[in-house]
Amino acid sequence: MLIDFLFELRARKLPVSTHEWMALMEGMALGLHESSLDGFYQLCRTLCVKDIALYDAYDEAFLAYFKDVHTDALKLTEELRAWLADPRSLEGLTDEQRQAMAALDLDKLRELFEQRLKEQKGRHDGGNRWIGTGGTSPFGTGGKNPNAMRVGGGGGRSAMQVADERRFREYRRDVVLDVRQIDVALRGLRRLGRDGAEDELDLDETIDQTCRNAGEIEVVFRPPRRNRVKVLLLMDVGGSMDPHSELMSRVFTAASRTGRFAKFRSYYFHNCVYNAVYEDAQFRKPVPVAELLSHSDRDEKLVMVGDALMHPAELLDPGGASFLYTQNRASGHEWLRRLAAHFRSAVWCNPEPERFWPGTTIEVIASVFAMWPLSLDGLAHAVRYLVRGGERPRVGDPSKWMKSMVG
Amino acid sequence: MSDVFDQFQGTASYIASEELRHAVNVAVALARPLLVRGEPGTGKTLLAENLAAALGLPLIRWHVKSTTKAKDGLYVYDTVARLHDSRFGGTDGANVRDIAKYIKLGSLGEALAAPSRVVLLIDEIDKADLEFPNDLLHELDAMKFRIDETGREIAAAERPIVIITSNNEKELPDAFLRRCVFHYIQFPSRELMTEIVRVHHPDITDRVLDNALEVFFGLRSTPRLRKKPSTSELIDWICALKKAGVDLSRVSGGIPFLGTLLKTEQDVELVGKRAKA
Repeated sequence: MLIDFLFELRARKLPVSTHEWMALMEGMALGLHESSLDGFYQLCRTLCVKDIALYDAYDEAFLAYFKDVHTDALKLTEELRAWLADPRSLEGLTDEQRQAMAALDLDKLRELFEQRLKEQKGRHDGGNRWIGTGGTSPFGTGGKNPNAMRVGGGGGRSAMQVADERRFREYRRDVVLDVRQIDVALRGLRRLGRDGAEDELDLDETIDQTCRNAGEIEVVFRPPRRNRVKVLLLMDVGGSMDPHSELMSRVFTAASRTGRFAKFRSYYFHNCVYNAVYEDAQFRKPVPVAELLSHSDRDEKLVMVGDALMHPAELLDPGGASFLYTQNRASGHEWLRRLAAHFRSAVWCNPEPERFWPGTTIEVIASVFAMWPLSLDGLAHAVRYLVRGGERPRVGDPSKWMKSMVG
Repeated sequence: MSDVFDQFQGTASYIASEELRHAVNVAVALARPLLVRGEPGTGKTLLAENLAAALGLPLIRWHVKSTTKAKDGLYVYDTVARLHDSRFGGTDGANVRDIAKYIKLGSLGEALAAPSRVVLLIDEIDKADLEFPNDLLHELDAMKFRIDETGREIAAAERPIVIITSNNEKELPDAFLRRCVFHYIQFPSRELMTEIVRVHHPDITDRVLDNALEVFFGLRSTPRLRKKPSTSELIDWICALKKAGVDLSRVSGGIPFLGTLLKTEQDVELVGKRAKA
């Protein structure tokens, strides 16, 4: 019966599985939704939506599907009874009205109510007859009739109100890559080897040695298997990279996780690398590139992340650095070539969508570094390239840029 | 409503929002693990303690660390002790052939081996390796496991109530999420916060509480704060105010004991600047 709601949820990209839906049915069979819409809202959310970022989409789906359902039978009869039984509700009525009220017994009122409920086809706001919001009808919620009966609503906030508020909007994130996905992609970037402190018991070797020793215990330890890959991460920040900053911080979080790489260093640059990179994103602690290279093993994997978009002069002209305190004698292009030449394997991940690449400085930089877009797929390619090498993707025709520079 | 359902209503020292109570009761009724997420300091860990107290069940804790392996939670086979005993003989004349003696159950193993129902807290599951939750799938589903070394199978007599907490640090695998009941503890509203503070400081006057909450929520709404102060920090702060006998309405120029609320230099600096402006 609620299967349409399941598809409503799935249509809004909520990953609800059959497994979870069955749990919901089980829960409803047990009566966990307390036979109310509010209860169902809660129950369905706890069982089917496992991420706060999806709560907003859930609220939307709930609103769309249940917008015409106003109340539930169980709560109604209780409220009716309570209303009629509670003399305080009658305050403010004239004697005449009270007499009229007394003439209307519970069964009759309920009958009248159910009749109206049946006649009513949809949502109703305002007016003096139908059940709905606003208006002066004796049934409904938020009406002007001082003695109107409130249907639903009262006693805390209803699910519809909660859903209507869309409290979880700010948690939404319809983005390409999350930390976990980056994490999984980076897992390919490893070469396992044993080194470091010997703190893992080598059981096979221990038994072997003990036997050779005629039963005299000989405990053998070995270093645990560790990833030997060393990574140097250079990130472009500021300016045209600002829209990507959230994505960048996720890449950084995933890459810098402790114990992931044997050695991990990261530096920042702005637009293009010139004679220095920076330890901080505020560009206060410069590290000359020459120094960086002399301290870097050629086996380290260089990962550049940036949009590679700039004015051609900033890339190709000596002295073209747009950055305030930098006077570069060699062009940015030259510095990038030096970086790429130092390391045996290097890649560039570009958060800019691939369709915007042609005809920009990206073409030139992609001729220096093997470049992939910073998407799940692109990252997987980049990791494979770093570990095993292979073909570089070709981007546009950088030669025309070179000609224009020489000319 | 049946008695089996509304089992958990919060306790005298733990105020749970209605949504949280509902989520807990759903998890108990469906016998599925409850995954609780939320800002640090919103009482995720305390929930398990209070649930155990409310239901009168023993609590078994498993604090997950970055080096924790899923198997450690089930059992550890102490090979070195056995090797040692086989060479030098156990102190109590132990039989080295009895492997079971060298098997030590972990927290999850203990919870499953318990003779009656227990509450199991798996605290900060996102601290461990990425695949950690996936490695627990089968055990949490079937609530039983096998000790390979002895062939003994341990199955729960009664499914334990499992509470899993996570800071929103890391994404958890989908297969794991599918099996959980999920609840996100939202930061308490002002009304709920008033109740919570009253539980911890019953003798506090309305005026003092009002002033404190005013400052606290004002602080939380400061933009660009690196770490917003949490409930537990508010309670500590009020405790400090009370002990020092500071009257907030008479204090001018800055918030007293700011260090209990803000934990980074940048935040203190930021709030100081805004106070001057």
